[in-house]
Amino acid sequence: MTDLIIKNGYVYDPLNGVEGEKYDIHISKGKIVDEIDRRDAKIIDASNMIVMPGGVDLHSHIAGSKINIGRAMRPEDHRNDVMPRTNLTRAGVGYSCPSTYYTGYRYAQMGYTTVFEPAMPPLSARHVHEELNDIPIIDKGAFTLMGNNYFVLKYVKSKDLNMLKGFMAWLLKATRGYAVKIVNPGGVENWKWGKNVGGLDDLVYNFEVTPRDIIKSLAKVNEELGLPHTIHLHCNNLGVPGNWETTIESMKSVESIKPYEGRTRVVHVAHCQFNALDGENWVKLKSGAYKIAKYVNEHKHVTIDLGQVIFTDTTTMTGDGPWQFRLHNLTGNKWVNSDVEMEAGAGVVPYTFRKENPANAIQWGIGLELALMIHDPWKISMTTDHPNGGPFIHYPKVITWLMSRKARTDTMLELHKSCIKRTGLAGIYREYDFNEIAIITRAAPSILLGLRNKGHLGVGADGDLSIFNIDPTNWRPSMFRDVENAFSRTAFTIKGGEIVVKNGEIMATPSGKTFWVDAKVSEEVESEVLEDLRSEFKKLYTVSLKNYPVQDSYLPLSECVKVQAGGY
Amino acid sequence: MKVVYDAVCPFCGCLCDDLEITVENNRIINAKNSCAISLSKFMHHEDNRLSYSTVDGKKTDLVTAINESAKILACAKKPLIYGLSSTECEAINRSIELAEIIGGVIDSTASVCHGPTIITEQSVGEIKSTLGEIKNRADLIIFWGSNPTESHLRHLTRYSVFPTGLFTPEGRKNRVIVAVDVRKTKLSKVADLFLEIEPNKDFELISALRAIIRGVKIEAEQVSGISINVLKELAERMKKARFGVIFYGLGLTQSEMGDMNVNAAVGLVSDLNHHTKFVILPMRGHFNVAGANAVSSWLSGYPFAIDYSRGYPRYNPGEFTAVDLLERREADAALIIASDPVAHFPARAVEHLAKIPLIIIDQKVNMTTLLSRIVIPAATAGIEAEGTAYRMDGIPIRLNKIIEPVDGVLPDSEILNMIIDKIKVLKGGY
Repeated sequence: MTDLIIKNGYVYDPLNGVEGEKYDIHISKGKIVDEIDRRDAKIIDASNMIVMPGGVDLHSHIAGSKINIGRAMRPEDHRNDVMPRTNLTRAGVGYSCPSTYYTGYRYAQMGYTTVFEPAMPPLSARHVHEELNDIPIIDKGAFTLMGNNYFVLKYVKSKDLNMLKGFMAWLLKATRGYAVKIVNPGGVENWKWGKNVGGLDDLVYNFEVTPRDIIKSLAKVNEELGLPHTIHLHCNNLGVPGNWETTIESMKSVESIKPYEGRTRVVHVAHCQFNALDGENWVKLKSGAYKIAKYVNEHKHVTIDLGQVIFTDTTTMTGDGPWQFRLHNLTGNKWVNSDVEMEAGAGVVPYTFRKENPANAIQWGIGLELALMIHDPWKISMTTDHPNGGPFIHYPKVITWLMSRKARTDTMLELHKSCIKRTGLAGIYREYDFNEIAIITRAAPSILLGLRNKGHLGVGADGDLSIFNIDPTNWRPSMFRDVENAFSRTAFTIKGGEIVVKNGEIMATPSGKTFWVDAKVSEEVESEVLEDLRSEFKKLYTVSLKNYPVQDSYLPLSECVKVQAGGY
Repeated sequence: MKVVYDAVCPFCGCLCDDLEITVENNRIINAKNSCAISLSKFMHHEDNRLSYSTVDGKKTDLVTAINESAKILACAKKPLIYGLSSTECEAINRSIELAEIIGGVIDSTASVCHGPTIITEQSVGEIKSTLGEIKNRADLIIFWGSNPTESHLRHLTRYSVFPTGLFTPEGRKNRVIVAVDVRKTKLSKVADLFLEIEPNKDFELISALRAIIRGVKIEAEQVSGISINVLKELAERMKKARFGVIFYGLGLTQSEMGDMNVNAAVGLVSDLNHHTKFVILPMRGHFNVAGANAVSSWLSGYPFAIDYSRGYPRYNPGEFTAVDLLERREADAALIIASDPVAHFPARAVEHLAKIPLIIIDQKVNMTTLLSRIVIPAATAGIEAEGTAYRMDGIPIRLNKIIEPVDGVLPDSEILNMIIDKIKVLKGGY
């Protein structure tokens, strides 16, 4: 591979404190290096352009049974964005449930090089990995669903956190997962009887535990294990007006948990917009963003991602079966429910966010309010919870709304007046700068995921970067359309030291790797857990314990992150 | 002698994974825990085998057969690729890339089987769970137009009727079994309630149940040959079930108005979810038909009936489904993978298949191999080749390679890769 020198760009590397300085970056053998032999290197002229680390998305439903249900059930979704085969690229279709190859190409074209699938049911983990292998260019990983798992509930009930620790480590390894995902803890188990939970202290049938117990136990063990990411929480009551209280209760419930050494955070609240609704019902809906932002500003243990709404037709898909049933009843749209034995569930319902819909207008405002009212951008990752709030290809739009009050106002004036009346967005003058954008799309998600070599351009980092054709020294917020164009198609995307996109066109399609976590626990605990699994698995599951773990052949390119903290 | 434990059975959609296969000198000598069909598949997998390639009926080497196949497919204007449901996902994956490269139509056996299930999913959705949920929770099980005692032999013992589970500690005793069919079957003897309905009257019966559950008054005294009182009792039982499930088969999808039937049934289950927990699951036949739909969906966006003639995928069942394409005589070459359309398709479709250059990749002699211009033998997925298969409920399971295939016989995926490579050469890197 040829060495690269990226010359003369304005570099934004927030993790290393670089804020738009002009300097050259050297890449050799796929890594950022100090110096290289200039004679053999290819030079990329980035004059008057922005250079950032490759984008990192920590919450995007790109692979597995849910998105695949969305694809299969929505032929009408694909027609408007089709991609013929070329000499270099595979054919595919786009929009809210894009095909796998399309997903890789479009992310790369926007300058993203690392993306995580946030909801992997253990039993269909092989499916997730099969799809991840068919997503080209980007590196990836997947979070393992644990919040409604039989063994988790059982160990939480018996308060046996050692067994819980052993089980979490085993399940991460068995599924080749990267982090602990919790979706509507307890609610999904109750949904298997057609019910839900309404708050943190409701009981889970047959297990006599509460959502609070589940969240606290998983968070505590997550930190004791020293997993690279915190627990990744889809709160109870998602999409229910007035749910801001549940969200803050959930954040409070883990206040006292001791973070893993060197960290302050213990919980990541996913797609927070959907959990920041105030008001008694849909008619009285208003923004609860201020209350959430105030709490987040006052506490160090919480991080969030936005789940920003885009006005478009999209497909909602979550591991939250009861919520999807509720949405089906609200909209009358087609509904897929998919429960997974002993561990998880899911639902898929198409949804259109409309500008004239008062609730949608408020939701749009909430996402942006959260981003603008939380002072510290390091606590925020930019997402649309693809495709729940809208397809990921609209990220450049979100960037313009954050960077330009004019862009926000222009959109706000097209919306139902509820956005002006029932959110505080109109009164917010803050505008993100390029450095803050680099934080919420690169540095922060990479830190939150504990990825040492991603999200920055220091020596030793992966040679992943994006070059945007926009001059930051000559830019004003009124020029938001230029930003949207530049961030939609990069001048260059470089992945592992290879030019994969040039002037918005795909130039190469290398395969990315999959990150997964191998957490060490004591041998004693490990064997006790295995014994318990052996004694119960056959009774509970319809797949044998031997055939359950994901085989190595599903991870042709992977990076195992080993953590030792739990192995005393 | 070696024993492979927890081996996966590559026959039906149940994809049982608890078999114990005994192998001696690369021969299978026993398959414990298997049903009659599975046992026969394992014990007789060597019968009727294709062991060498043929072109125009003459024995040839693999490379020649590959080259000839590549020529036919590269030159065809509207080639059809069909089959896929009885091979591993890796081969399905390769087939789709092949369809892309040659600008062909690709379709799986789902189009003559549970196609209506997929079309229903696209119009109203589906309400499903994995089979373990049934085992652990279901107390009301309805088989509709499906007879697993003939088609999915271990379904009753592993997943639905007899097994004990977390909340069904007494197995059969915890469950009420209902069978709905047009004739008495072995299953109807197992059932607590059997509704013998008039043929092609499923839609009416489902609609009546739906009406009763929604509180609509019905004036007729009987519907589809079943008295209203029996229906009212059944409706009440459905509403009061703790966890109910409908398993439906080709009796529902392939009788008149197949997709309307499934549509109504999903609507019924949707209504029931306002009262209790209820799911509905298709009894999918081939061991990897669910995998064919899954792989095709993630690569193309569509589950079956896909046309690549414009370079990008287009979907239209009725137009790009294999039978329709052949009956319209549009296909000018066909590649069949692990299937026997000549034995199963309508005569008009078969007539056209007989006229065009036909290539088949299969393990055994079948009606289609007899008609094919080129025949390429393949290793049996799940016996001689590894790979992934998706169970009828969408759970992916790793297939085992238990014995070595005959020398020179390769897995479907490898054969397809060779064809793709050759076509890329013919088409100049494309």
